[in-house]
Amino acid sequence: MNIIKVKDLVFLYRKKDENGNITQEIRAVDGVDMEVEKGSFIAILGHNGSGKSSLAKHINGILFPTEGHVKVNEMDTRDESKIWHIRQIAGMVFQNPDNQIIGSIVEEDVAFGPENLGVPTDEIWERVDRCLKAVNMEAFRESSPNKLSGGQKQRVAIAGIMAMEPECIVLDEPTAMLDPRGRQDVIDTIHELNEKKGITILLITHNMDEVIGADKVFVMDQGKVVMSGKPREIFTRVEEIKSYGLEIPHATELAYRLRQKGVNLPKDILTREELVEAICQLN
Amino acid sequence: MMRDITIGQYYRADSPIHRLDPRVKIAGTFIYMVSLFFQKSILTYILAILTLVIVVKTSKVPFSFMVRGLKPIMFILLFSVLINMFFVPGEIVAKFWIFKITKEGMIQAGFMGVRLIILILGASLLTLTTTPNQLTDGLEKMFGCLKKIKIPVHEIAMMMSIALRFIPILTEETDKIMKAQMARGADLDSGNLIQKIKSMIPILVPLFVAAIRRANDLAMAMESKCYNGSDGRTKMKPLIYTKADKGAYLMEAAFLAVMIVLSVVSHKAGLSF
Repeated sequence: MNIIKVKDLVFLYRKKDENGNITQEIRAVDGVDMEVEKGSFIAILGHNGSGKSSLAKHINGILFPTEGHVKVNEMDTRDESKIWHIRQIAGMVFQNPDNQIIGSIVEEDVAFGPENLGVPTDEIWERVDRCLKAVNMEAFRESSPNKLSGGQKQRVAIAGIMAMEPECIVLDEPTAMLDPRGRQDVIDTIHELNEKKGITILLITHNMDEVIGADKVFVMDQGKVVMSGKPREIFTRVEEIKSYGLEIPHATELAYRLRQKGVNLPKDILTREELVEAICQLN
Repeated sequence: MMRDITIGQYYRADSPIHRLDPRVKIAGTFIYMVSLFFQKSILTYILAILTLVIVVKTSKVPFSFMVRGLKPIMFILLFSVLINMFFVPGEIVAKFWIFKITKEGMIQAGFMGVRLIILILGASLLTLTTTPNQLTDGLEKMFGCLKKIKIPVHEIAMMMSIALRFIPILTEETDKIMKAQMARGADLDSGNLIQKIKSMIPILVPLFVAAIRRANDLAMAMESKCYNGSDGRTKMKPLIYTKADKGAYLMEAAFLAVMIVLSVVSHKAGLSF
């Protein structure tokens, strides 16, 4: 079953001058078709300005399509009576961890979503316990968010979305402002949620290494989906990826260069372990 | 400089005062402050000081920690004491040039000083023992009745708690911007007052831009978490009165009653001034 269906989606940003005349129209999203199967892990890749964030905001009903439509669990995001339900089903984690934490104590921030949904008090406590455990942050439940590291804050934000019991979480470059350690923690957390709780994940990123574990990858450029497929298939097309201003995983890059020098390596290497294995098998 | 401000600071401890409902504490602080303004006798001063000492002791907040909160208002305190000392007419004790110190003035100044000090200590005890969130929750509930005359009580409380949460973040941001401007050769410390104010512009403009950008992000995050005002909202920590809270209300009422009786009695006995 498909949880998210995007059909012929177009989104225009209109730039206006001082008199309110439209001076420029930017097609941030330009005719995107996309279907996301329930329980899958999807990655959307693209460099800055490729329209990937605009696409993400459509799924959560923050932006509305200029043309085409977006459906979450068969509900159209333009249907105003369903908007709160859609936002509950498709939670969203943003880039800057500081700007999405509302509570001044970790547990109160996690409770913010369920409070808005009108969940009874006892159940809020249960959910907060459960979600803080799921992201390994229960030791910090009474801390101030200001005292946490970026990766920890981002995990609290994920717990806050989890507490709303969504079926799908959209993460808009959640690791862009984090150090490598925090980045790994966040990526591990979302993989765990995907595998253990069966939550559909839409990870938006420009970091290739985060894409490796995904079930399917979409590459976006200038508002269009230009490539899609399994990570392994995508990364064999090295020149094409580079032409969209993206980098490939380090191991793949190294294998690619070695292959150019005449070393006989397979095309679909993604991780360091695979590269080591392939090199050991050479002779 | 901005880190020294202790207003709204919370002292984490587990005491009966910390556990009280914020509404009880807000009401208590209000009663205490009002009663301080209306009394004028030695007996009521003694009662007020005694009450403060007992409450501070039960709150487990170290006294030295509280005194630190007095520092920023030292100037106002000295100013009002001196004004009282010099300008209250009466029996002259000392005199130089156009200034004269009177006996009445000195008494007045002394009481004025004590009054201000216990007033501020009493008020700071509220923020020391109540988290900002409890405080806004309490205010929201106390003024909930104003919703009927279309005052957006919940929204105001939400704004207050968000503002409190962003104070440390924006302080940090200000620090960063100041350093960034200094690295570009901005001179923030020299010159006269007007030049100093002018040199704040390159700090304030980026700070405002950043704050507005943050507000935009935060609004989006709140909306995506289904925030829709107070309608149909539940609470993780709802405010419910316990027996201790009711007891505390009784004690507050008793304090007010004794204050009034003492004022009347000492007024009749000529003990007030």
